[in-house]
Amino acid sequence: MSEANSMNLISALSQEELQAIDAEIAHVPYRDAVAIDALKIVQAHRGWVSDESLSAIAAHLHMSADELDGIATFYNLIYRRPVGDKVILLCNSISCWIKGCDNLQQRITEELGVELGETTSDNRYTLLPVTCLGACDKAPVMMVGDELHEDLCEESIIRILGGSTTP
Amino acid sequence: MPTIRIDGVEYEMEAGKNLLESCLSLGLDLPYFCWHPAMGSVGACRQCAVVQYLTDEDEQSGRGRIVMGCMTPVTDGAIFSLDGDRAKGFRESVVESLMLNHPHDCPVCAEGGECHLQDMTVMVGHRDRVYRGQKNTHRNQYLGPLINHEMNRCITCYRCTRYYKDYAGGTDLAALASHDHVYFGRHQEGVLESEFAGNLVEVCPTGVFTDKTLVNDYTRKWDLQSAPSVCTGCAVGCNTVPGERYGRLKRVHNRFNAEVNGYFLCDRGRFGANFVNNDERLESPGLRNQTGSYDPVDHHHALQVMAEACSGARVAGIGSPRASVEANYLLRNLVGEDNFSPGFNDREHKLVNLALELQQASSAVTPDIRSIESADVILILGEDLTNTAPRLALALRQSVRNKAFEMAADLRLESWQDAAVRNLAQDQLSPLFIAATGSTRLADVAEENITLAPQNIARLGAAVAASISGHAGEDLEPEIAGHVEAISTALRAAKRPLIISGTSCGNAEVMQTAADVAEALCQSGQQTMLTLTVPEANSLGQAMLAGPDSPSLGKLAADGNFDVLVILENDLYHRAPEPEVERLLATADTVIVLDGLDNRTTSAASLVLPAASFAETEGTLVSLEGRAQRHYPVFAPKGERRPAWVWLLACSKELGLSTAADLHHFDDITRDCAANIADLAGITGAAPDHHFRNAGVKIPRQPHRYSGRTAMRADISVHEPKQPVDEESPLAFTMEGLNRSQPGSLLPFVWAPGWNSNQSLHRFQSEVGGPLRGGTAGMRLLGPGQAKESGPRENPPAFSPTQGQWQLVPRYRIFGSEELSALSLGVAELCEDGYIEIRADDALGLEVGEGDGLNLNDGLATLEVKINNSIAAGCIGYAAGHSGTANLTPGENISLQKAQGWKRRRPQLIGSDRSTEIGSGND
Repeated sequence: MSEANSMNLISALSQEELQAIDAEIAHVPYRDAVAIDALKIVQAHRGWVSDESLSAIAAHLHMSADELDGIATFYNLIYRRPVGDKVILLCNSISCWIKGCDNLQQRITEELGVELGETTSDNRYTLLPVTCLGACDKAPVMMVGDELHEDLCEESIIRILGGSTTP
Repeated sequence: MPTIRIDGVEYEMEAGKNLLESCLSLGLDLPYFCWHPAMGSVGACRQCAVVQYLTDEDEQSGRGRIVMGCMTPVTDGAIFSLDGDRAKGFRESVVESLMLNHPHDCPVCAEGGECHLQDMTVMVGHRDRVYRGQKNTHRNQYLGPLINHEMNRCITCYRCTRYYKDYAGGTDLAALASHDHVYFGRHQEGVLESEFAGNLVEVCPTGVFTDKTLVNDYTRKWDLQSAPSVCTGCAVGCNTVPGERYGRLKRVHNRFNAEVNGYFLCDRGRFGANFVNNDERLESPGLRNQTGSYDPVDHHHALQVMAEACSGARVAGIGSPRASVEANYLLRNLVGEDNFSPGFNDREHKLVNLALELQQASSAVTPDIRSIESADVILILGEDLTNTAPRLALALRQSVRNKAFEMAADLRLESWQDAAVRNLAQDQLSPLFIAATGSTRLADVAEENITLAPQNIARLGAAVAASISGHAGEDLEPEIAGHVEAISTALRAAKRPLIISGTSCGNAEVMQTAADVAEALCQSGQQTMLTLTVPEANSLGQAMLAGPDSPSLGKLAADGNFDVLVILENDLYHRAPEPEVERLLATADTVIVLDGLDNRTTSAASLVLPAASFAETEGTLVSLEGRAQRHYPVFAPKGERRPAWVWLLACSKELGLSTAADLHHFDDITRDCAANIADLAGITGAAPDHHFRNAGVKIPRQPHRYSGRTAMRADISVHEPKQPVDEESPLAFTMEGLNRSQPGSLLPFVWAPGWNSNQSLHRFQSEVGGPLRGGTAGMRLLGPGQAKESGPRENPPAFSPTQGQWQLVPRYRIFGSEELSALSLGVAELCEDGYIEIRADDALGLEVGEGDGLNLNDGLATLEVKINNSIAAGCIGYAAGHSGTANLTPGENISLQKAQGWKRRRPQLIGSDRSTEIGSGND
């Protein structure tokens, strides 16, 4: 890839993003070692990692887009498709499953009108399953955005999702 | 040597190997997927599981642990069980789990019948499909015109990415997603960028990556007729197995040769032989009539015409570096030594002969590929190997890993522990220095990439040679001086230094100084290797046959003292500037051309004789390392086509030449040539002669499962014609005979009971990854030479750019720079029209941009502009061998003007460019 091309690509990233990525690069011996951090930085700014962003990050880290996509798609919390304003990560691992996460998912689907992997039409929520949130003692649990919600029941879910809708 | 016990039997093993390869070398069936002899072990697929016992008591009580054969070193006293129920049960369950998402679509899969997954499934005894759940399916990607993608068949062994990324240095194939969604493909659809992508077809153990030209014109392996062949795509001389059915060349597979190509081919070699099926192939002899068109005549008549024309006339012959030694030799005898031109253009003539002379006079060794892979410091002067001698570039990607292997050895880590060795070394590589006229495709693994004009590459070489011999160098240009110290220090410290140069940058001084560097290293007592590339499959053989004093094309045109011109498999318009060719052709009253495909030269002939392609004739070719290798007809030529040697021998006999009186068989020509040409004395050793029998019988070109022979022509006639009889070789066009234990040069295909895929190769090797049991094919004609005494030579003059002029430097492409492969299906799609590579600042000055047209020297050529800032200042690159570039001579100084009225073509894009375009479009 020519220098000019890669400069074009990198311009898809904002100055803020580039600075944050460069700050990470300063800590490691190889540029590509910050691949995951860079993906997280861009996702924090944009909500997800588009093909354009991915190519831009790859160019900045001197790796191929294919290589970086291998990393991006390996992790299910790097979103390669657009998600809603908040992502609901509903745990379906063993403890939460015993405690009835299937019913909770049913309830969320009824409330928001989305199945797993879907985004509400008002773009507020994307519902995704997650394998563990590290809070088995408080199962069932889910995260909405950055907040962890414990000991869920059908009522609390309505409250949380209703509550989250108010600004 | 360690002794180990497997299922109660003791075996002596070679130390330093893993259990899997040791078992395979012993002939034991241990199934595997992810391991590959050229790529080492990662233990990913869990298929080669065995049970290991710590003590005899453990073995008796069956209390052992499951270990992976490929990850287990053979150590003295180790006890294993391969056949125990536990090991077998485990292996069966591994296949069962790998197959959960496999579609079982063998009947419609191109891999079927030579599928390693089929073989392994049968080997472990997994028969019943128990899984009743939904299978995962994937969308396939378009990966270009050469390779077909069918992801559903994947068993996630990771061999493809390990080969593509780790071994071949590709960056655009990745393992995407995780757990049971793993997908091997590109970030976005597009042509795979690696020049070695075609090996995925053989590396993939199932049908994910298959040969697209084969898929579109399909025949199963067991229905292919094959013969040992040699690639004619470049001078490396990779050994191949082309397969034929219904008179069509269906595909080319790798033929293992430990010293030439190992397990891998380049894509020009694999996909560039399809020109054999080209519609432009000549069908019958043609005699030009008064209207200028050709009347087809039969071969008797054609021969009479040829003999009459040659009888009593002054005849000149133009041979060809793409024709065999034997055909060229016969032509030389037909026209007489003085009237025989090897068919090189003037520059090529000088350079190829120099390449031969330098190697014959060098104390350095001309290395085979294993030696190249062992090199620990490499200097390349003026070559973009990936595009001029591609297989060598793949070998260099392994050479630079010697640093990693040294680091591993320090930790007593086995070199086959692939993941561990790579993890240890990270980006540490053995030093590779490249000085070229622009960036090369090995730039990513080079310690220094130096861009210089050819004259300055020579100056760099001379300075390095001087520095090694301890001579004080003269004042050098700063762009050169800065590199001399690093290169000579590294070379002096090397255990196995390798110097590479060649004819491709068109400058004799570059090659000369490369030889000087090698000589200087030899003089300082180092075991040095010197490789000089030449352009074509038999370039070196031609130099050996004709020598430096024979006339080049230009000299022949200048002499012009003949009535008849016989041209053997050589499109002069492709090779030399048009005015020179016109002059040459005009000097003769009669022009007789033997060639396979219609081209401008055949169109200038009064008599055209259709020559068999490499796939329809036997021949000896001399590769760039001076290895004489024999190729055999894969199928008999159709209709009136004849091998060139048959035409020439028949004509010689018709003329009653005494030199041809005792020649009856192909072998007679080889022998006669060996007896008369000193440099070629060894060619009879390239392969056994036609009397050879394998345990009393011939070697079959067809597998014993070859089907439908009686039905193949039933639509034409139910009477099956007799199979062609091969009187010229120990091979037969039948299923009968013995394909086992024969000399390595006579291996038409690999197959062993239970091993239908190419993985059966190990049953033909002395040990896994080692040379063939029957010996390595081919005969080396170059030994280490004796250096001639010569004083210090003058430093070559520096490059001085002229204002308003640019020096032409040839730039090569794996697809497009070679004439015949560019006419192959698939490859043709990847070839571009001729172009000029120019620096952005030069382009700015000329007011042109990418895609505009440039006039060279007021009409010498008009070519499309590509911006390439890596081109040496004062130079412009041109696409060598491409259409519209035959008139350009390397080293020539030319002026440039913007072409008026140029119509922009939409450029063909490779995948990464396309994503760039999309990316920048959305900015």
